[in-house]
Amino acid sequence: MSETAIVLDALAIQRALTRIAHEIAERNENDKAVALVGIPVGGDYLAARLAKILAGIWNHPVPVGILDTTMHRDDLDQRAAPTVHPTDIPFDVTGKTIVLVDDVLFSGRTTRAAMDALNDFGRPKKIQLAVLIDRGHRELPIKADFIGKNVPTALAEKISLLLTETGAAQDEVILQKK
Amino acid sequence: MSWTKKHLLDIESLTAAEILTVLDTARGFKAVGERAIKKVPALRGKTVVNLFVEPSTRTRTSFELAATRLSADVINFSTEASSFKKGETLKDTALNLQALNADFIIIRHSASGAPHFLSRVLNAHVINAGDGAHEHPTQAFLDTFTIREKKGKIAGLNVTILGDILYSRVARSDIWALTKLGANVTLCGPSTLVPKTFEQMGCRVTYDVDEAIRDADIINLLRIQHERQRKTMFPSIGEYAQLFGLNKARLAKTKPDALIMHPGPINRGVEIDSELADSDRSVILEQVTNGLAVRMAVLFLVNGGKTSSETV
Repeated sequence: MSETAIVLDALAIQRALTRIAHEIAERNENDKAVALVGIPVGGDYLAARLAKILAGIWNHPVPVGILDTTMHRDDLDQRAAPTVHPTDIPFDVTGKTIVLVDDVLFSGRTTRAAMDALNDFGRPKKIQLAVLIDRGHRELPIKADFIGKNVPTALAEKISLLLTETGAAQDEVILQKK
Repeated sequence: MSWTKKHLLDIESLTAAEILTVLDTARGFKAVGERAIKKVPALRGKTVVNLFVEPSTRTRTSFELAATRLSADVINFSTEASSFKKGETLKDTALNLQALNADFIIIRHSASGAPHFLSRVLNAHVINAGDGAHEHPTQAFLDTFTIREKKGKIAGLNVTILGDILYSRVARSDIWALTKLGANVTLCGPSTLVPKTFEQMGCRVTYDVDEAIRDADIINLLRIQHERQRKTMFPSIGEYAQLFGLNKARLAKTKPDALIMHPGPINRGVEIDSELADSDRSVILEQVTNGLAVRMAVLFLVNGGKTSSETV
């Protein structure tokens, strides 16, 4: 049996997202230029939640998109093909400040793929990165701008985000030790 | 569930879950074709060989464009230009292509089983683009993709396949895919071209065209394959058009939302009235668009697949 520990409970996730939203607002004076783009599965729901909080801070709706990164991955040769999710970016990214939203930052390879994928839609003025969990073990020179929680992990451990949007009973971030 | 197969040889050996994985993946690739930049780097640096030992324009072009949009390099190899005329065997031709480090071989061949044979002698990924009267798996994917997109589901739908079933690899692949996904399949056409033995594949056979299409949600028309008929299977084209062709009067007696499909190339005035082919009931051109998306999905999925002996 693998041992599991709760890293963040529902309240802690809510607090982390609220803090990230305020940090995004603080960092970006030109609030009209900001749009959020979530990476499925997980980041897309977090982006929608962040957009709602930011809309409350800025008093205007914040554009949200979903970006599939699987077709731009660099490990397609080495594994079974990943699940492709629909991309939906209902706004022009050119000139915008795009905040990429992902659930867990690990090797950094998904973020690299996301930046490449985003370039196919235009040329953002800036790209920033928001993650709920940073678990370390980077393989590329990539660093998050906004972090919900730093969680030191061993390579073999697994971090999972459960959200009510995907059918979970409650929001939770779980660490599984192998 | 994810895809683990190294080749795409037929629909018969696939599970319903594997078919749905292809259809789900294709949805993402269809969206790529609607963007300003219609290209993704998934197969960058890979070489795809279109080995078409039987004439084809639309399937070859569709595979070529699919591979190009995935950033692969494509070589087209057709019978006219090839060494087959000089007496080289299929195996030797394929080994030569593999010696050039081809990663994917897309084969169309008049002999049933040719792709299966290649998959045993080559290390490259093999994709069946139609083998004899056996199977045409990507056609079944694009047909089921189109049905699912238009009707929102496949299970429980009534699908009637009308025309030359006997010589049709499209019919065989469609029957496998549709029955695995829970559709009710009815076959209809001249009795010489629709043998009762097809009932063993889990479908209904009838020779009354009006009855066959009355409750259909999908009417899939097939072309009469003159090139595969060794002898005349029905008296004349005119008689076929009259007895089995889809026309306005016949269509009026079907469900108002029944859709017309056709794998192409269509023979206007034979299996379908010219006017109907251009009507809003027809999804024939959407099938072509979807064909590109499912072929991108197939290339993408088999790229990550391995044979059981290669899996560590």
